[in-house]
Amino acid sequence: MRKYLLKRIFYLFLTLFIVATATFFLMKLMPGTPLQNEAKLTASEKASILAQYGLDKPVWLQYFIYIGGIFKGSLGLSFQFSDQAVSYLIGSRMGPSMQLGGQAMVVGVIFGIILGAVGAIRKDTWADRLATVLSILGIAVPSFVLAILLQYYLGLKLGWFPVAGWEGFAYTILPTLALAASPLAETARFIRTDMVDVLSSDYIELAKAKGLSKFGIVYHHALRNSLIPMVTLIGPLAAALMTGSMVVENIFSVPGIGEQFVKSILVNDYPTIMGVTIFYSALLCLLLLLTDIVYGIIDPRIRLSGNGD
Amino acid sequence: MVDNPNNIEIKPGDFEPLDKQAGPDNEKIAAPSLTFGQDVWRRLKSNKTAFTSFIILILLFLMAFGGQAIYHQNPNDQEPKYANLPPKIPGVGIHGLNGHINQGGTDVDAYKAAGAGSDVHYTLGTDYLGRDLLARIMYGTRVSLEIALIATLIDLTIGVGFGILSGWMGGRVDMFMQRIIEILSSIPSLVVMVLMATAFQKTGMASIIAALAIINWTTMARLTRAQTLQMKNQDFILAARTLGESAPKIAWKHLLPNLSSVIIIQTMFTIPNAIFFEAFLSYIGIGISSPQASLGTLISDGQKNFQFLPYQMWYPAIVLIVLMLAFNLLGDGMRDAFDPKSKR
Repeated sequence: MRKYLLKRIFYLFLTLFIVATATFFLMKLMPGTPLQNEAKLTASEKASILAQYGLDKPVWLQYFIYIGGIFKGSLGLSFQFSDQAVSYLIGSRMGPSMQLGGQAMVVGVIFGIILGAVGAIRKDTWADRLATVLSILGIAVPSFVLAILLQYYLGLKLGWFPVAGWEGFAYTILPTLALAASPLAETARFIRTDMVDVLSSDYIELAKAKGLSKFGIVYHHALRNSLIPMVTLIGPLAAALMTGSMVVENIFSVPGIGEQFVKSILVNDYPTIMGVTIFYSALLCLLLLLTDIVYGIIDPRIRLSGNGD
Repeated sequence: MVDNPNNIEIKPGDFEPLDKQAGPDNEKIAAPSLTFGQDVWRRLKSNKTAFTSFIILILLFLMAFGGQAIYHQNPNDQEPKYANLPPKIPGVGIHGLNGHINQGGTDVDAYKAAGAGSDVHYTLGTDYLGRDLLARIMYGTRVSLEIALIATLIDLTIGVGFGILSGWMGGRVDMFMQRIIEILSSIPSLVVMVLMATAFQKTGMASIIAALAIINWTTMARLTRAQTLQMKNQDFILAARTLGESAPKIAWKHLLPNLSSVIIIQTMFTIPNAIFFEAFLSYIGIGISSPQASLGTLISDGQKNFQFLPYQMWYPAIVLIVLMLAFNLLGDGMRDAFDPKSKR
């Protein structure tokens, strides 16, 4: 177990190192400087601004400074907001993103489980078909389309929820719904497929033969066994939420990381793009690692070992 | 005959030999023999949802690639005086298709207001620059599909090649190649795409295709590797090896045909994924740029006027959703059709 953990943590750092390196050099290939109104600046002004960002040094030195900085928790200065550190920018915007992501994950997974379970229990009935249609729609309707529709119809036309902004719980409802659609659909599909398998297995027959109630069978035997492989979904779901958050936060003007990322891309704020990239990668790597550890703990059939696959 | 409770006596004379020619031929196979492809096609046809999706996809492809042969509007022709006109089909009175629009509670004939003659009509209306929306949707669908198909083809080549090589070689090579996949897949795919799209700077088809191709192949590689590992120790491969067949030839003639179902199914899910990411990138502004159009840019343009002219977003959004639905449902159907266990 310990050997396995050490190995995984080593790979985590290797991955992040590769991401940071690739990002750094990709960004260096691109034109663009932190200089605004370049034409109006004198040579010495330009030099002092470049020095502030460390851009006067050779590229290899910049690279070592950047990588070294990451270990100290520094991700450089933003081009867009001239004297703000990228790490501060990310830190100050983390709250809303985490809250939205967490809420969407909880809502999506819970309703996804319910939808999937109903589909599996009432297989080949109208309830199953409805659940299937809902979950396939959740996959087919892109989050940005859903977000716009929710904002217009529930926010503007019916006026049930605030249209945009970030001033309280009511403001989180629509973005959460828009974000939750994709995890909901994924979970429902996953649970349904898995539970159909489980429900036709011998131990369910036995439970039926023992005369357990339908609810008892589903809750104690079928659902619990279906939930274990669900843990492997957490990584992909988190990645999907990151993708979704970029547009959903933008549409509902939520001051989160995703919104900042899109803004930074559009104004070529390279240090921020790099910072957010590394942050997202780190988050996903950590989640994947946690997933594997949790999976190993709850499913005794899987042994975490240092060798093999 | 003590054991016979009914006291029936059976003598050899009670039996007579049956004429072999007269009776039904037991050796004959009644149903026509089907190749694997025919069998899959038969099962796919019996799956109504998947088959409908298949037909819808063919129609959408025809519309995207051949639509301009019938509908002659140029998707880039601007007609500023006819900007933002709602859909109008002559002879149709339904609101939403008759060129009327609801302005502040009153019903206004938008075509009359714009000073258009009775011969002017746009089937799905016009956008904010007066471009024909139907022509733009056909064009945008084509661009979206082209990007998705080319990117998927590249994914396929890299993924299958990588997977077979990794599974076939085994040992250290396999270890190394698996680590590459592991590292690549623990980077959020969208972040890579955004990086690539920004790095290639000139946003457009090439950069999106490159971005999609770089990241999406890992799943395919994993699947093919797992299958190759399973197959490479089976007897038919051993036979081919014993006969002195070269490794590339074994991969091409023996592994690939057996991998085909896995590859086709995975492709059916890669394509909608690519369509989605293309739309996404174009939507946030780092994908296809004007005057080119894709479903993503059309939705993004339409969104600006959504409150007053909802059709400008609805139509491209519907095309995108139908496309995604059809590919996903067809993929599900194919998975069932290719699965020998689901034979009925």
